[in-house]
Amino acid sequence: MKYQSQAVAKPYFVAAIGLFVAQILFGLIMGLQYVIGDFLFPEIPFNVARMVHTNLLIVWILFGFMGAAYYLVPEESECELFSPKLALLMFWIFLAAGALTILGYLLVPYAALAELTGNSLLPTMGREFLEQPTITKIGIVIVALAFLFNIGMTVLKGRKTVITLVLLLGLTGLAVFFLFSFFNPDNLVKDKFYWWWVVHLWVEGVWELILGAILAFVLIKTTGVDREVIEKWLYVIIALALITGIIGTGHHYYWIGTPDYWQWWGSIFSAMEPLPFFMMTVFAFNMVNQRRRNHPNQAAVLWALGTAVMAFLGAGVWGFLHTLSPVNYYTHGTQITAAHGHMAFYGAYAMVVLTIISYAMPMLNGRTAANSGKSQVVEMWSFWLMTVSMVFITLFLTGAGVLQTYMQRYTDNPQPFMVVQGRLELFYWMREVAGLVFLVGAVLYIISFFVGGEEPEQA
Amino acid sequence: MAQTFTKSMARNIFYGGSVFFFLLFLALVFDTESGLPQSDNRAAITDDVARGKLVWEQNDCVGCHTLLGEGAYFAPELGNVYKRFGNSTDAIKAFIASRPKEGVPGRRSMPQFNLSEEDLNAVAEFLKYASEINTQNWPPSIQG
Ligand code: HEC
Ligand code: HEM
Ligand code: HEM
Ligand SMILES: [Fe+2]
Repeated sequence: MKYQSQAVAKPYFVAAIGLFVAQILFGLIMGLQYVIGDFLFPEIPFNVARMVHTNLLIVWILFGFMGAAYYLVPEESECELFSPKLALLMFWIFLAAGALTILGYLLVPYAALAELTGNSLLPTMGREFLEQPTITKIGIVIVALAFLFNIGMTVLKGRKTVITLVLLLGLTGLAVFFLFSFFNPDNLVKDKFYWWWVVHLWVEGVWELILGAILAFVLIKTTGVDREVIEKWLYVIIALALITGIIGTGHHYYWIGTPDYWQWWGSIFSAMEPLPFFMMTVFAFNMVNQRRRNHPNQAAVLWALGTAVMAFLGAGVWGFLHTLSPVNYYTHGTQITAAHGHMAFYGAYAMVVLTIISYAMPMLNGRTAANSGKSQVVEMWSFWLMTVSMVFITLFLTGAGVLQTYMQRYTDNPQPFMVVQGRLELFYWMREVAGLVFLVGAVLYIISFFVGGEEPEQA
Repeated sequence: MAQTFTKSMARNIFYGGSVFFFLLFLALVFDTESGLPQSDNRAAITDDVARGKLVWEQNDCVGCHTLLGEGAYFAPELGNVYKRFGNSTDAIKAFIASRPKEGVPGRRSMPQFNLSEEDLNAVAEFLKYASEINTQNWPPSIQG
């Protein structure tokens, strides 16, 4: 570790991993409820498990992004963080706010939580992914502003690199678009229209900048390839991401009461959205092939390559699968969507956070560059277990989704939703089994950091 | 990449392209806003419907159901439930009001929300309003 203040990244990373495991547990609860309908009912109804699952996901990814910024910005800027104290304070505030919110979901009925937190004063709750009480949302904004200030001041006082610039742009965009979560008109169509400015413009917009920046940082460090080359790639990738992704928002405007021309705009632009993800894969493999040295942390290199490939598969391929409006007409809001959502979120954002943690954690734990060979073997097992089981989760959900689409919507004799779901049980059982394997992989990831031994030689 | 394609060219494409397409997006958004009154059924948004939307949100119905295809995939689509239930808000109200507290053994269950008569009525009116939004003929079948 070159700068002492990089150490504030550690609690962020630890919290991220802890919440990740909790997220998986709630996923498994829902997976069981899919087949044993009244499992944990009425104690933990499905919707409660779901908001815990998805909100934990977002929170741990945000912890990961913030940890990544605290780790890499001082190193890129070649100076200490502006205020490590502020970073630690914000860590505890964010963790406390997150924990309280999750406890609120689990301990009181949602309607009571809404009343308790005065939702009717400024109603923002009860929309997918944005279930947090308004007060929590305000807390998120405050934490985000303090974080941006801290990172921004550090960037200003130190060396300015393309990586820090792109990261900062992405993080600023993240905060700005989150503000749309406060816009919730009575008009359902408008509500939905601007809801996507948070969700889509995050994952298919500004988050891609963050993804690209973190990946570029890890690749520079582990391959030793010339910064000029990597920065050029980074610009091309994020240019493609925004050029296709902004108007690509239109792929959510087909059937929600918006004008029909969105079917053209949305289909054409979102059909090009796989390009930046494809470029990212080419980029990552190219850089590793042109490496000037063999970094001792081979697990981190594996994660970096895996991120690029899985992001392309989950976002690019599975996104393309249902993005053209004539296809989406049938698949909209089915298990196909769930399949894509899982692989894309895991492949792009979960994996990039696991990548930077894999790269940074050995240094944060006082090592020079890497964990022992034995530890890395365990970590690589965790990589393959999680990644392969996520591929299977995606395949099983896709199978379920194709059948659902056919039986409920496509055939001449469409069956009711609940009847169709009953016919898909086998797929849901297989998804649950794959989910258990995924959990084993996540636990191994944690264990790998506790496997001791000498560092491998710098080659 | 070839030497003739420099980093500053890549940077300019990024800034120029992003700004251009963001502005184009905003232009489309403005046009959409002016076209929405024809398709979003806003004339039907009464006080009851607005209240129904709040009831919908404060009970997190979207955590199990989809509405116009967005939400969760655990329970039936509700954007067209008014039509599926024979254009009847009474049938919707009866369904919601009759959910057993302890669920249906072995079956995916919907909670008993103990809604007041006003709230029950409001959420049913909200679902009726939603079913009359012009969704370009989505969903493909009455089963949602
Ligand atoms: C915990 C999950 C859950 C939540 C939350 C939930 N529902 Fe349901 N809902 C279900 C399930 C499951 C069914 C299917 C029940 C069956 O067929 O036995 C259902 C069915 C319905 C139906 C009948 C649909 C049809 O086509 O048969 C309506 C109407 C409905 N719900 C309205 C609502 C409203 C309004 C809310 C919010 C106040 C809500 N639900 C919240 C799980 C939920
Ligand atoms: C890493 C990037 C991405 C992530 C994390 C992601 C995630 C998601 C998630 C979670 C949803 C479900 C939203 C909801 O609950 O309603 C969704 C929907 C969708 N995504 Fe993506 N996505 C990504 C990239 C893409 C790309 C590149 C495409 C197109 C090529 C795409 C096409 C779609 C479409 C068409 C839907 C709507 C599905 C429906 O109609 O139900 N996504 N995405
Ligand atoms: C490993 C076991 C897991 C299981 C069994 C599981 C199960 C589920 C279930 C049942 C849902 C709700 C689907 C619905 O609405 O009906 C869901 C939603 C979701 N999960 Fe998971 N999950 C798991 C892991 C993960 C992981 C690792 C991620 C991401 C890194 C993830 C991301 C999501 C997202 C983004 C949604 C919302 C999807 C959408 O709206 O389309 N899940 N999950
Ligand atoms: Fe999207």
